[in-house]
Amino acid sequence: MGGTVQSNFKAGRAASRRGTEEPAFVKWTLIAIGLVFALLFLLVPLVNVFYQALEKGVGFYFSSLSEPDSSSAIRLTLIIAAITVPLNVIFGLAAAWAIAKFEFRGKAILITLIDLPFAVSPVVAGLVFVLLFGLQGYFGQWLDDHNIKIIFAAPGIVLATLFITFPFVARELIPVMQATGAEQEQAALTLGASGWQTFWHVTLPSVKWGLLYGVILCNARAMGEFGAVSVVSGKIAGQTQTMPLRVEELFNSSRISEGTAAFAVASLLALLALFTLGVKTWVEWKTRRDHKLAQRAEVIGQSQA
Amino acid sequence: MAEKKFNPLPGFGLTMGYTVLYLSALVLIPVAALFLKALQLSWHDFWRLTTDPRALAAYKLTFGASLIAAFVNAVFGTLLAWILVRYDFWGRRFIDALVDFPFALPTAVAGLTLCSLFAGNGWLGRFLVPLGIHGAYTPLAVVIALTFVGLPFVVRTLQPVLENLEQEIEEAAATLGASRWRTFVSILAPTLFPTVVTGFALAFARAVGEYGSVVFVSGNRIYETEIAPYLIVIRLDQYDYHGATAIAAVLMVISFAILILINWLERWASHFQR
Repeated sequence: MGGTVQSNFKAGRAASRRGTEEPAFVKWTLIAIGLVFALLFLLVPLVNVFYQALEKGVGFYFSSLSEPDSSSAIRLTLIIAAITVPLNVIFGLAAAWAIAKFEFRGKAILITLIDLPFAVSPVVAGLVFVLLFGLQGYFGQWLDDHNIKIIFAAPGIVLATLFITFPFVARELIPVMQATGAEQEQAALTLGASGWQTFWHVTLPSVKWGLLYGVILCNARAMGEFGAVSVVSGKIAGQTQTMPLRVEELFNSSRISEGTAAFAVASLLALLALFTLGVKTWVEWKTRRDHKLAQRAEVIGQSQA
Repeated sequence: MAEKKFNPLPGFGLTMGYTVLYLSALVLIPVAALFLKALQLSWHDFWRLTTDPRALAAYKLTFGASLIAAFVNAVFGTLLAWILVRYDFWGRRFIDALVDFPFALPTAVAGLTLCSLFAGNGWLGRFLVPLGIHGAYTPLAVVIALTFVGLPFVVRTLQPVLENLEQEIEEAAATLGASRWRTFVSILAPTLFPTVVTGFALAFARAVGEYGSVVFVSGNRIYETEIAPYLIVIRLDQYDYHGATAIAAVLMVISFAILILINWLERWASHFQR
């Protein structure tokens, strides 16, 4: 850390002259504590996943991923995400449009209700669907008579995942849509655009980065959900086992090689998390740049007028 | 907002209708079903199921560990947010991006990696276990896992507030002869406190419901390291639907309460920024 002291020396002195910066030793103590904490709680767990996954070599890594139960878990996880993410995107767009572009009574309550799945324990989220559709549940007998399986089958996993990932797209979109206001849409309508045209050509482009991050986050959660899915899935290897459930089974097995296999499957989910973080950083950089460009355009416009 | 402005945008009926329909079908009706099921129990049964010693031990661990984890996050999260916003150092951007890692990482993977780190032969365990610090299969393991999953909340709540803080006020204080410590105590701390409390509440809410990471690291021993969500799963596995529902109803009511509290805190905190 010694090298960086030098490079920040100038900026540091300027700030301390203004009396708004701490003495150097306080500053570097705080940075050191923060870095150690971040190292222990963020970086070491991350590196550990990949280290453990590759401990027995690349060959073992790929063979444990292509093992039938693991590869079927990967396939099921992809299918679940492919169903749940689009449904929650449609909901997110509809909810954000209604909430951001219109004023109505009970808006605050609606937003709180959309947040509800954040606050509910994943296990409780799984349980509510067992109470509805399980054999002992409200619709259990009827479903059984008609030979429809929801709990301990893929539809139950889809429902539980939808519940858990339900707020993500809406929560990302609402603030972005609110920030852009309704003037541009009103202008487009005045100029004769239809409602759909306005939505596609005016609203969607202005919220695209927020939407992208919402989709990526929703996808990461859909693929990684554990608690809710474990309650409704029945955990049948090769059939209703998603990737996180596969990780758990391999972890609970007593064979040591399975421990490495658990990390191999887990490493895919960790890669997904890293990809999500990458997209987030990129989206933030993009929106900041767009914002700056807009500000500059405004300044130029004002100076010309 | 007193007078109703004419809004020419189309689609309110459609989007609002769909939102309410989807919300009801997916969230409100299932949640209502839980309470309906819980109401079928007599008061006596409900009390017996939710207060048996095993359940009480599980609540104690869940809420105790969540409180400690949220407190650790409030302290270190504030510190992290401060150094990320105010200081420039090597690796700042990297750490900044990494703060969201626990939020993006599936909880099962978090539990798996933390368990292997703190186990006797793990990277951290091999130094800590000889010192008598057992970070796996103990109540401490639960606290560590909950601290990990709650870490982004305090940092991310505090960061925008710190960025928008007007440094002129601090300059004014310095000009008037206040020491840096005095400025911190009488200006920064009171301004930031409501936001830190909001972040604390968010981390606490996340920790109370957490399941995935904890079941990997805790060992799930009855009366010792068993959290309340795990007890629900046990009751379900025993086909004890009433037992599962009763404990779930308790957790759900507490979740509601925390959610309302957070909403109120956010409004209180935003009041302080003006």
